[in-house]
Amino acid sequence: MQTDGAIGPSTLSLKDLPWQILWDKERCTLCGRCTAVCPVGAIELKVFRKRAVNVDVDFSKPGKRGGNVFGTFYGIHQRTSPAFACVGCAMCTLACPNDCIGPVAADEADKLRFHINQGGQAERRGGRRNDPGGILDRIQFTRISMLTDPALDAGRHEFELTTLLGRIYPPEKNMEMLRENGWIPPVREIYPLIIGGMSFGALSPTMWEGLQLGVTYLNEELGMPVRISTGEGGCPPRLLRSRFLRYVILQIASGYFGWDEIIHAIPEMKVDPCAIEIKYGQGAKPGDGGLLMWHKVNKLIAAIRGVPEGVSLPSPPTHQTKYSIEEAVAKMIQSMYMAWGFRVPVYPKISGTSTALSVLNNLSRNPYAAGLAIDGEDGGTGAAYNVSMNHMGHPIASCLRDCYRNLVSLGQQNEIPLFAGGGIGKSGNLAANAAALIMLGASGIQVGKIVMQAAAGCLGSETKRCNICNIGRCPKGITSQDPRLYRRLDPEDVAGRLVDMFVSFDTELRKIVAPLGRSTSLPIGMSDALGINDKDAADRLDIRYVV
Amino acid sequence: MCRLIAITSDTPVSPMAAVRALDVMREGHDGSGVGLMLRDLGGPFEEMKDAPILSGIFTEAGIRKLDSFMINLGFLTKYKISIKIPKQTPPGIPRRDMYLIRAYEYPEDWEDLSGAEKTARLLRVRLDLREMGRSENDMIVFSFWPDTIMIKEIGDPLAVGKYLGLDNERLHARVIMGQGRQNTNYAIDLYACHPFFIEGYSTMTNGENTAFVPIREYLEGRGEPGYTGFFSDSEVFVHILHYMHTHLGLGLPAYKHLITPLQESDMEAHPDGEFLYHLKRTCRKLIIDGPNCVIGVLPDNTMFMAQDRKKLRPGVVGGKPGMYVFSSEVCGLDYLLPDRNKQYDLEPMHLDTAIVVPDRREVTLCRQTEPLDLPH
Repeated sequence: MQTDGAIGPSTLSLKDLPWQILWDKERCTLCGRCTAVCPVGAIELKVFRKRAVNVDVDFSKPGKRGGNVFGTFYGIHQRTSPAFACVGCAMCTLACPNDCIGPVAADEADKLRFHINQGGQAERRGGRRNDPGGILDRIQFTRISMLTDPALDAGRHEFELTTLLGRIYPPEKNMEMLRENGWIPPVREIYPLIIGGMSFGALSPTMWEGLQLGVTYLNEELGMPVRISTGEGGCPPRLLRSRFLRYVILQIASGYFGWDEIIHAIPEMKVDPCAIEIKYGQGAKPGDGGLLMWHKVNKLIAAIRGVPEGVSLPSPPTHQTKYSIEEAVAKMIQSMYMAWGFRVPVYPKISGTSTALSVLNNLSRNPYAAGLAIDGEDGGTGAAYNVSMNHMGHPIASCLRDCYRNLVSLGQQNEIPLFAGGGIGKSGNLAANAAALIMLGASGIQVGKIVMQAAAGCLGSETKRCNICNIGRCPKGITSQDPRLYRRLDPEDVAGRLVDMFVSFDTELRKIVAPLGRSTSLPIGMSDALGINDKDAADRLDIRYVV
Repeated sequence: MCRLIAITSDTPVSPMAAVRALDVMREGHDGSGVGLMLRDLGGPFEEMKDAPILSGIFTEAGIRKLDSFMINLGFLTKYKISIKIPKQTPPGIPRRDMYLIRAYEYPEDWEDLSGAEKTARLLRVRLDLREMGRSENDMIVFSFWPDTIMIKEIGDPLAVGKYLGLDNERLHARVIMGQGRQNTNYAIDLYACHPFFIEGYSTMTNGENTAFVPIREYLEGRGEPGYTGFFSDSEVFVHILHYMHTHLGLGLPAYKHLITPLQESDMEAHPDGEFLYHLKRTCRKLIIDGPNCVIGVLPDNTMFMAQDRKKLRPGVVGGKPGMYVFSSEVCGLDYLLPDRNKQYDLEPMHLDTAIVVPDRREVTLCRQTEPLDLPH
């Protein structure tokens, strides 16, 4: 450091950053691909100084001998300003033809975290909670069929693993309604793994297209009734008017983005959507509204959402038009039913919270509520305040379990399906996590981040890697609205990978339920199959304690 | 794997016949227990078809508790069969004070009760007695129902049968269900011993119901006091049967549609497809899983056999007009009816329910793909 250089409180060195770039001068050809690809401008071409000591051993010549020879060389420099700190995405490594550059995680907690709030702006980011592991990974399936009930053959036996989305009357009432031609709530038979709400806007057009393509292939070629939620961002007009809408769950949230377009499309819809999801909360930022930052609000997004270009779109935390949450739920559910002639199931989605039981009790007395989706604290997002993402919310396992046990005590466990989301498969154990939650009482599972990872190669991990979905510079083009970035993603490749993911999930799910002796129905609430090596967790979840 | 035998016959048969048939099939049970249900009784009970019969095992203290309880309710003993217990107890059979089979006169104030009220009260009495005996284990009550006797005991079926003198003519019955147990529960408990009984419905099963816990939880929420106990994963079969008849008003052919519903492609082709869609959805929590052969008897003494969705268990029905036998193994059937025409033996498959109605003229095979006789 130069003696006259300015040192401010936020002057950081490379050591203070969470990621350090290692660059190998010997192998670098200075092609510049790494600096071009870096989404945050963390690296740049720089002229470095170098000094060589020239020792002249020829004493025969008079005059000055030897000395310093100052020169320069070109290389890659990592910037240390908080605004340009490396996010560890390693796109530089991906782009480098000579394998000479890459980020390395710091060997101690970074200092950047104390300076990221420049200008008083609290840290906002996309991604995940960055908290690896979790209770779901620790749950084992311990009730293996042996001797008395031979295990089933996951490869050869028939399996029926679909689930129901929709309000289901008690058998007696349903039969009465059937006899009297009364109204019976619409119910959809769907695949238990649902692609959760990732909006058009949060995701790039190519990513969205790829997911829709994949879902359509799964339905129409493989016979798997997979459904996808739109998230809060509306739905492209052509999709609204296509027969593929039946695979789509339209989400309405407190910003009502895109709903003008949707409402106007209703008379022209060829088919009904699968369901309507009313978002009251999400796991990534519980109690806070959605957030699409201005970077991503381009012409297309603005048109679909019905907003001006280039402005941030924070949804309010609650549905502002309603007087109270109870009325919001009841009235919105009813309005949505009316919009589609009572033919489409409508259900709320809430953040995991210790008040979930109150919501559920409310729904249990509302004959229109088609289910309840609960998004646990590990839910991911395109954009949120760091503090919301890391510290707000309720773990999904116990929240879901409490709700299911409550339905059991009411005798309504078949009437209101519960859907669980938030961090499922975050360690890669998608089928095991999903099956554990189903056996704790979930009728289905909502996933988002793992879809981005598996289907589109999202670089995010649980160790603070990348997490820049919010600013529209996703280096893989998954959450970007910049054509230069999202063209990196081929929708057909995304679709292909999505299909791979679902097909392998299906195999794994069968590999879990078959040894448990289950095949004729999804083992919802089969808690006797579960065990965990933590006594307190076992007691809390009402499952077997095993060591 | 347990062994099952069920006999339905125009002329009363000794329960020992069923026990001997179980003995023929003894490879499949381990002496952990035998259960018998006798209905449509011959002998002295022929004359008292309406009198509720209490069956159970009691200690001396338990009998005193029972007597004072029943007298308080106004029940008077009408008839009883005393089982003389030999001094020497064979190995493997626990020593008991008394095996009770006792018919009662209804209390006077029950006379004007409706049928439903009467059955509800009989159930209540049985549950109360069961509860009273729980702490001291001095009263084990199997059934309290007209024209029904249940005998259950731990031990080898043949040894138990001889020990209790089940050849007794007074125990002859036209409908007999028997199970030789292969214990698959964690502990041997008499209440886990099949057949299971509730308000005239009974079932016994040869298998393992892997969907037990969600089914149990659902049944417990139906508001029926009789849906209790659940010492065995197979107990839910009788409750589902009871629920189907009493709550949903559906006939026996619908039973398979509850426990192992059709898949979508079959349902689309079914004439009652829409009804079955709704039934499957609303009764989703009653879908069984795992290998199971279910044999059951309805209050009118109709006998049936149904298999799990994959037909993972054996089961055969054979006989001739006047007498039919439902057996888990062909050798059991051969033992009881060696001279039947074996060509007419039926092994119900994954969609079938084999039914013999009380006139015992034929076995009807009801397939799930056939139309249902639905109430309009």
